[in-house]
Amino acid sequence: MVANTSTDPEGAAATSAAAAPASEPVITVSGLTKQYGEVQAVRGIDFEVARGETFGFLGPNGAGKTTTIKILCTLANATSGSARVAGHDTRTERDSVRRNIGLVFQDTTLDTYLTAEQNLRFHAELYGVPKAAVIPRMHQVMDMVGLWDRKDSLVSTYSGGMQRRLEIARGLLHAPHVLFLDEPTVGLDPQTRSSIWAYINDLKRREDITIFLTTHYMDEAENCDRIAIIDHGKIVAIDTPEALKASVGKDRVQIHTADDAAAIAELKETFGIEAAVREGAVTFSVAAGEQFVPRLFAEFSIPIRQVSVSRPSLDDVFMSYTGSTIRDAEASGTDAMRAMAQRFRAGRR
Amino acid sequence: MATSTTEVTPAPGAEHLVGQIRVAVPEGGLRHDLRAAGIVWRRELIRFRTDRLRAVTALIQPVLFLFVLGTGLGALAGRSLPPGISFKTFIYPGVLAMSVLFTAIFSAASIVWDREFGFLREILVAPVSRGSIVIGKCLGGATIATFQGIVFLVLAGFADVPYNPLLIITLIGELLLLSFTLTAFGVMMAARIKQFQAFMALTQMLVMPLFFLSGALYPLSGLPAWLSVLTRLDPLTYIVGPMRHAVFSHLAMPAAFEQHLSPAITWAGWAVPLGLSLGMVAVMGAGMTVIAIAEFSKTE
Repeated sequence: MVANTSTDPEGAAATSAAAAPASEPVITVSGLTKQYGEVQAVRGIDFEVARGETFGFLGPNGAGKTTTIKILCTLANATSGSARVAGHDTRTERDSVRRNIGLVFQDTTLDTYLTAEQNLRFHAELYGVPKAAVIPRMHQVMDMVGLWDRKDSLVSTYSGGMQRRLEIARGLLHAPHVLFLDEPTVGLDPQTRSSIWAYINDLKRREDITIFLTTHYMDEAENCDRIAIIDHGKIVAIDTPEALKASVGKDRVQIHTADDAAAIAELKETFGIEAAVREGAVTFSVAAGEQFVPRLFAEFSIPIRQVSVSRPSLDDVFMSYTGSTIRDAEASGTDAMRAMAQRFRAGRR
Repeated sequence: MATSTTEVTPAPGAEHLVGQIRVAVPEGGLRHDLRAAGIVWRRELIRFRTDRLRAVTALIQPVLFLFVLGTGLGALAGRSLPPGISFKTFIYPGVLAMSVLFTAIFSAASIVWDREFGFLREILVAPVSRGSIVIGKCLGGATIATFQGIVFLVLAGFADVPYNPLLIITLIGELLLLSFTLTAFGVMMAARIKQFQAFMALTQMLVMPLFFLSGALYPLSGLPAWLSVLTRLDPLTYIVGPMRHAVFSHLAMPAAFEQHLSPAITWAGWAVPLGLSLGMVAVMGAGMTVIAIAEFSKTE
């Protein structure tokens, strides 16, 4: 476990200054905690997000990502600490915060019995979008996600990916300064996920917007300018993806052997390396992996069938900061529950 | 499913839209609240319009009561009624109230539904007062329920209730008041009850006692004391009374019969004026609306 950088305000300030222009931050969070009965969902986090930045919260389910987003979006009150979004306090200036943010939640919040256009019109009226701007803006955001020609279809006829795109369009309708995306691609197939990301990246080019997203997909976190790794309600690391990977400093080596248990023992004995079986292979981290592998072949007594050396990925970063892989950390099976809920929902339509 | 990034580019001719639309969301205010209430109201109507089955099924129960129960019991009860007045006519105002009862309370059930399916969150994060949302919802439920009542009002002739314009306007006004109060009651409960099944079970449990105790099927005079007290505690009583009074005042019958069949609601012998009776329903509706707004203003 690496020291908790979140309790080190100087360090956090230094990293954000390095990665972002020096204007007033769009999101400022300090000393935030949230207690649900006995459970402490968020245990004191601090961070800032600069204007125009894409900031990702990376962590397993149950790490406190959604709770944090709920506080930032005024849907929940913090137990202690404060959060400011777009220059307004999330507790005392709730409506001002709400006017300036767009939201896309994990689970769909569309009315599937209405058409896409009716859903957007509902949003426009609720947010008080000036009447003259409603239709052009609706056209613009729906074009952006490629749904304008399907605007008159009932949302219940949309695929999961189309619904998510429509939600992104709706979240942008009132031209917010900050767009919150809570697990924007969860439950979608890989192809649809990548298309959603194409839309998000396109959106960053077009609108002057700050994006705050949560994810537990490593490959998605790569799209962020900066990432905060959150685990058990605390931020354990916060930096650019590149810097985080560089901070690990070691390569990941995976070997397939005839006897994994013996191999792990021998690695410890001969090289003093702690290894473990991950993804079906003996896995360990070592500095300068390419140079280590020839030594391994020369000195190892157990036959090696296959070997791979990889540069540190965010998976390794996550592991080095939290001591477990993100998949292991998700033993709770909330994903499976969500999938079940979605099937149930589809059946009821 | 679109997977290529080329589809992200706006359609030819739409590029000019990009970045040129000024969207400045206003700082709240009454006009914004009215627009918000208006769209919440309109959504109720759109949902109702696309759900014809609901409109038809909601009509079945009052029709059964009026024609099957009304005709069947009429043979028995008819003897105590003046000539020319049928039992169907007697129960018509109460059954009319019933025709909006289910629709109004169940229109609030959509809040529970919206919560389970996420849409409620879209509403609750909007920068708009909770009051405009709750009032829009109550007015929406009141509108569709009154519409149900008007459909049933068309059948008045079959119960020998005259199509007098003044009577019809009076009854529609009373239906609107009743529908609003009932929807407010439903919304207030929906703020607390998070499960759809629980909401349905609770409303089912409440609806029948409300109806039976309202005096919809029998006159409020000459009842045993226990039942007399219970009828006075039922809010529905205070609307069924004025509705029956309106119908009976447009029928030709001896005053003595009218006194017996449509007596004033009394509290320990004191006759409650019609205005107070209706006013109480309105105050209850307003009170429950206020509670509902307070409930929806809470933050986790």
